[in-house]
Amino acid sequence: MTQVERHSYDVVVVGAGGAGLRAAIEARSQGMRTAVICKSLFGKAHTVMAEGGIAASMGNVNENDNWQVHFRDTMRGGKFLNQWRMAELHAKEAPDRVWELETWGALFDRTKDGKISQRNFGGHEYPRLAHVGDRTGLELIRTLQQKIVSLQQEDKKEFGDYEARIKVFQECTVTRVLKEDGRVAGIFGYVRESGRFFVIEAPSVVLATGGIGKSFKVTSNSWEYTGDGHALALLAGAPLINMEFVQFHPTGMVWPPSVKGILVTESVRGDGGVLRNSDGKRFMFDYIPDVFKEKYAQDEAEADGWYTAPDTHRRPPELLPRDEVARAINAEVKAGRGSPHGGVFLDVSTRLPAEEIKRRLPSMHHQFKELADVDITAEPMEVGPTCHYVMGGVDVDPDTAAATGVLGLFAAGEVAGGMHGSNRLGGNSLSDLLVFGRRAGLHAATYAADLGGSRPRIAEEQIDNAAAEALRPFSAEDTGTVGGRAENPYALHQELQQTMNDLVGIIRRAGEMEEALRRLADLRVRSRAAGVEGHRQFNPGWHLAIDLRNMLLVSECVARAALERTESRGGHTRDDYPEMDRQWRKSNLVCELADYRGGPAGQDPAMGQIKLTRSDMPPIRADLLALFEKDELLKYLTDEELSA
Amino acid sequence: MSYTGRFKVWRGDAGGGELQDFEVEVNEGEVVLDIIHRLQATQAHDLAVRWNCKAGKCGSCSAEINGRPRLMCMTRMSVFDESETVTVTPMRTFPVVRDLVTDVSFNYTKAREIPSFVPPPRLGPGEYRMQQEDVERSQEFRKCIECFLCQNVCHVVRDHEENKTAFAGPRFLMRMAELDMHPLDAAEETGLDRKTTAQDEHGLGYCNITKCCTEVCPEHIKITDNALIPLKERAADRKYDPLVWLGSVIRRRGAID
Repeated sequence: MTQVERHSYDVVVVGAGGAGLRAAIEARSQGMRTAVICKSLFGKAHTVMAEGGIAASMGNVNENDNWQVHFRDTMRGGKFLNQWRMAELHAKEAPDRVWELETWGALFDRTKDGKISQRNFGGHEYPRLAHVGDRTGLELIRTLQQKIVSLQQEDKKEFGDYEARIKVFQECTVTRVLKEDGRVAGIFGYVRESGRFFVIEAPSVVLATGGIGKSFKVTSNSWEYTGDGHALALLAGAPLINMEFVQFHPTGMVWPPSVKGILVTESVRGDGGVLRNSDGKRFMFDYIPDVFKEKYAQDEAEADGWYTAPDTHRRPPELLPRDEVARAINAEVKAGRGSPHGGVFLDVSTRLPAEEIKRRLPSMHHQFKELADVDITAEPMEVGPTCHYVMGGVDVDPDTAAATGVLGLFAAGEVAGGMHGSNRLGGNSLSDLLVFGRRAGLHAATYAADLGGSRPRIAEEQIDNAAAEALRPFSAEDTGTVGGRAENPYALHQELQQTMNDLVGIIRRAGEMEEALRRLADLRVRSRAAGVEGHRQFNPGWHLAIDLRNMLLVSECVARAALERTESRGGHTRDDYPEMDRQWRKSNLVCELADYRGGPAGQDPAMGQIKLTRSDMPPIRADLLALFEKDELLKYLTDEELSA
Repeated sequence: MSYTGRFKVWRGDAGGGELQDFEVEVNEGEVVLDIIHRLQATQAHDLAVRWNCKAGKCGSCSAEINGRPRLMCMTRMSVFDESETVTVTPMRTFPVVRDLVTDVSFNYTKAREIPSFVPPPRLGPGEYRMQQEDVERSQEFRKCIECFLCQNVCHVVRDHEENKTAFAGPRFLMRMAELDMHPLDAAEETGLDRKTTAQDEHGLGYCNITKCCTEVCPEHIKITDNALIPLKERAADRKYDPLVWLGSVIRRRGAID
């Protein structure tokens, strides 16, 4: 029997970004004893990297905005593959979630009449993003963090203990969700600092772990984004959907090499920045797809007029959804019209006065000056696509955020699938975190409360297995398959990133994805021999060796689903199937573990681990369909769906 | 463009440690954190370091580089001479956990002791109205990424462990200033005076405005000039305001009678 530290809570939230913290606040407010577990320090989550803003149809800048318009934009952005009920709830509840932040101390930028200011963004018909300069994510995290502190202060007053009802386990990693008879029983994890194992018994677990970007070489994501929640769900028997849809943000830094991939906010374009190729041409006018022809300006004069007179001008094509802009940049570079370091030019210096740029885009100004010696008030930036976000994730019930197939498991934020369809609009992530973070926390609390005394128990065998799995990297040399030598986990990770970047990246081909699956199988075998030196105390090599399991699982999901979907849509572009196919619209590709009962030692690493099936989405509700013109629907829905 | 750089990196744990010498490849445009990562991947797989965003936004990779408190992700290698040996050590004010990772729990303890924002009781969600110029002062302080470099460099606690109990440090005194300047904070209505609390309970008086905190702030927040000095002035106004003084004397007399 493995000796571990044991705790008991009502609700465990895995992840302390926007979704996790909002879920925890809700669960605690429902009276549940709540634990939050995060890989980094409290307040450092990836949400701090969000720059542009939170999309919510408050109508503060353009009073024509409302939830219906936001819903329409979201569905268009996702090319109608969105789980429509999630898109509906999101559009309806986002304003309340933003206003609530103000009552917790958030300080957004203001309009002249003192309301929350809203800015333009790609795919949003009206100025919709509540923001604080270009550091909105930091404001969101800090506000939620400080709200949790204020709840802890209340508990200190009432119970004499800050952590009586909500405790943050920082710098801890969860490696397994534990179950009994198909129900969640708790989690197993380790403390990064000491390497000690711990178990939390809890009937409700909310996954809020973010995304998978660290499986790609060029990415805006931090080390934390290793697909932990995606993998935890798979391993617990819960399916993932839409894993083929990966968002490549059109504008990441490209130079110098060490900062390649770091995000350049879409606000640069929202506030007037334009994209040019090496000929100095504003090329986006050449890349407006048919489905968006009526909505976007056809020439520079019309596009420039939109900033001051949006009611009489169509939008500039730089503000097309991200998938469109990323593909366009990719095509320009491929055609030999790129910038010196393999990107294109993003210029705001000729569009706004220097002082205005510094006021609106302070962190971009700072970032380019410090890291690239570029003064964005005087010269253009060089930018190119970077892996940014995964639309796919845990298949959840839209209203309760409950994961399919595992009672007591919930998922919210980037780790949940469906909400954004095949492509997420900028600004819809922060609102997603708040809307579904709250819902996940609420329903996780209700589920735990309703169980009463009949909570599942954790079998000792599961703890032993989880501990053995986590410790394997220390004995890898004994079990290693490559001549008894341990593999370097950093080298394996780099090979994985290169494979996904080159073979399952922004433009995909069948042959390359088949090759990717072969390489993933090879990496999976070698990862079993990933070994580490040293001891368990704060050992990054060991942590990476454990994370590799998750990255390999989600990478296989992405590659398998991408190979299967023979069309191009949103964040999935096939060179061999370049058209969007209406027959594919209502289909979700579902990834499940081929054998989730298999213990860590019982799996054959050379075999694929993922089983892929297809499932149809429920038809879109009639009153929501009625929000669109029939002509537009015809571009997305089949004739049968429309006549039904 | 590449060269072999010489590094000294502190390795060890709470029990002790030492500077270790490394020779490592340095490429154009790289920052110190890139070099630490290269050491991890090629020479010292278990070298402990905190980092997240690698873009100066999360405040995780704080350390001391050639003795200066800095973010490793925002320190370009080009600021050093190629022949110079670059020394990287953990933040000195906090106990070492391992290598470059320190125990920063002091800061989380202090964060909990600062009274939270008090929402105005008569305003519901969506009813808040504030002017941009009124929120800007507090917004400057909310740029803080909690890298804790200011806490690390502040001489009140840097070499004076004994002051840690009574002193919140620049980051959290600034938090008090931020709330005090929030246009809609209703603390006063609940009887909480943030200025005197800062003075009496969180050690504002220890600060003698040497501005070390401002100098190391990677967000270029004017901690001393815009947060600490105004907070001190307002705390002093409160204390030496003749009317307030008279009021407190009268109340005290009343108590004696």
